[in-house]
Amino acid sequence: MIWSKARLGDVAPHLLLPAIVLAALPVMGVSNWLVLTVAGLAMGAMLFLMAAGLTLIFGLMDVLNFAHGAFITLGAYVGIGVLAPLAGWTSADSWTLNLAAFGIAVVVAMAVSGAVGYGFERVIIRGVYGAPLRQVLVTVGGLIVAQQLFVVLWGPNAIPLIKPTAFRGSILLGSAAIEKYRLVALALGLVVFVALHLMLNRTRVGLLVRAGVENREMVEALGYRIRRLFIGVFVLGTALAGIGGVTWALYQELVTPQIGGDMTILVFIILIIGGLGSVGGSLVGAMLVGLTANYVGFLAPTVSLGSNILLMVLVLLWRPRGLFPVAKG
Amino acid sequence: MSLGTHLLSGDPPRGKILSVLVAAVVLLLVVTPFAFPGTRSMAVAERICIFVVLAASYDMLLGYTGIVSFAHTMFFGIGAYGVAIALTRLGVGWGAVLLGTAAGMALSVAIAVVIGLLSLRVRAIFFSMITLAVASFALILATSLRDLTGGEDGLTFEVPNVLTPAFHLVDGRVLGVRFNGTLVTYYGILILASLLFLFLLRAVNSPMGRVLQAIRENEFRAEALGFRTLWYRTLAGAISAAVAAIAGAMMALLLRYTGPDATLSFSLMVDILLMVVIGGMGTMYGAILGAAIMVMAQYYLQPAMGALSNAVAGVPILPALFHPDRWLLWLGILFILIVYFFPTGIVGRLRR
Repeated sequence: MIWSKARLGDVAPHLLLPAIVLAALPVMGVSNWLVLTVAGLAMGAMLFLMAAGLTLIFGLMDVLNFAHGAFITLGAYVGIGVLAPLAGWTSADSWTLNLAAFGIAVVVAMAVSGAVGYGFERVIIRGVYGAPLRQVLVTVGGLIVAQQLFVVLWGPNAIPLIKPTAFRGSILLGSAAIEKYRLVALALGLVVFVALHLMLNRTRVGLLVRAGVENREMVEALGYRIRRLFIGVFVLGTALAGIGGVTWALYQELVTPQIGGDMTILVFIILIIGGLGSVGGSLVGAMLVGLTANYVGFLAPTVSLGSNILLMVLVLLWRPRGLFPVAKG
Repeated sequence: MSLGTHLLSGDPPRGKILSVLVAAVVLLLVVTPFAFPGTRSMAVAERICIFVVLAASYDMLLGYTGIVSFAHTMFFGIGAYGVAIALTRLGVGWGAVLLGTAAGMALSVAIAVVIGLLSLRVRAIFFSMITLAVASFALILATSLRDLTGGEDGLTFEVPNVLTPAFHLVDGRVLGVRFNGTLVTYYGILILASLLFLFLLRAVNSPMGRVLQAIRENEFRAEALGFRTLWYRTLAGAISAAVAAIAGAMMALLLRYTGPDATLSFSLMVDILLMVVIGGMGTMYGAILGAAIMVMAQYYLQPAMGALSNAVAGVPILPALFHPDRWLLWLGILFILIVYFFPTGIVGRLRR
């Protein structure tokens, strides 16, 4: 599209995020603004990790996995399992050792969530493609069973998880104290986004995935096995949820059997805001949700609990299909 | 048409075993106060009656229209809070009960229509996601609007005198049972629940019900035939929301208490989903069997699981799997198996 011909309506969704960040600046003062913006973006980055996989899965195969939260929880528990034996590394005040331990936790959580995701796809989802009603029911059933299994395996009580030493504390930028861990989470989220973006736009598999999102039947007609591709995307999506789980658990420093299930609603709101099936949309949606939560929590604490719902309703009234709807062929 | 089939809108249970089962449940509910007098069995029976209404109204949406809502407990909660708030604010009386129920129904219908028009226009899955978000918002509102709803603690209130144990219809005992307010409450709930169930059965067997089923089977074709699918789906949502609100009002009057956990929680939503799916989607009679099974399981399965858990103590993991609080694990597995292998649930199975 030629930019000069683009109408404001087409550009407006891209401008929404910067506009909100800039509009918040004069209202709250520079130092508060800096703290809240970083906090909001970091929260957005973690939410993006949880939402990206779900939106890809939905975009490609029209499967909305209500059990996605279970993979977030799984990632969180795996994080505990990995970081506990590495206590020597995490308690040392060294960025190298801490990052190494964090990196191992992230990779193992990805692997375990992805592997369980593979099993979940084979056992639970495979039989209900193309039957939206049964998909919702079966995945909700999966969530119920998974949450009960978490209690069986790890007990009903919250388990504390301590951040690695170097991730604790904050950096002072002028008078603004910025938590170090938020920067770590933000960096991880952006790295994952760039990696996903490159994979989708620069590789052959990515091309097929994008083509599949736009027109599944055409890709099948050209002789590609979209089912196999979809399994890959499902595993990737659940693995991303696992990363999101570890990162979120370290941020909360407490893991409960409901940690992921509680995020489901927020993740859905992000998907609705961003446009179902759009990875870029889920990034913008996640950042919007994170920023709104932080700004509103500071400016008007009484309405903060409902701010995300309000955001969703406003976006839906403006754009019923979300900010970046995926064109379906 | 005989009076019986006429009452059932020409849609009897069908199938010998099914008819006997449904008749048995109904008969047991009718004779419970005389056959099994006792607070626990009465409470079980009353809960079954209310959940039959709640599950049947949900079935109209899930089974007959083919859309998944997660906001059904919200409408139940609105009805319950309507009665609770009216009785605490306006004083005890039937006027307050009626006003509270009517207000709850009106609010429920209004919300259902707005959600329907806003989300069903796009696609059905949007409806599921948005109802989930709105329901969680309702739970947040109920816990944070402390002045109106009593917050986490909820509201405890007095009910009209006729419904209290202090009220005596007849002095002394008849057939060994006290004819007091408890009995009035019981039969009041049973009669109202029966009427609402018959109303829902009539609704799904009306021309509107046929259109709903047509939408479920093939939305595109229904639209091509000239039916406004958006309008019909929203109408189904509104009717089921109104009936759920009445069920909530009944629950509030029964418990003399309304709180967020008892009326709005997601676990209650899961219970309703299990009732409808296990009983049989799109059958109405599934709601009767499903509600009976689920409520009985809640009251009687847990002790049995406790005994089993103790029996396997010492074996690794098994005691945790059979812990009384893990009953949802087994019902969840049953739920998945039923969705996979018996999509029409027990009723569908028995009708073949």
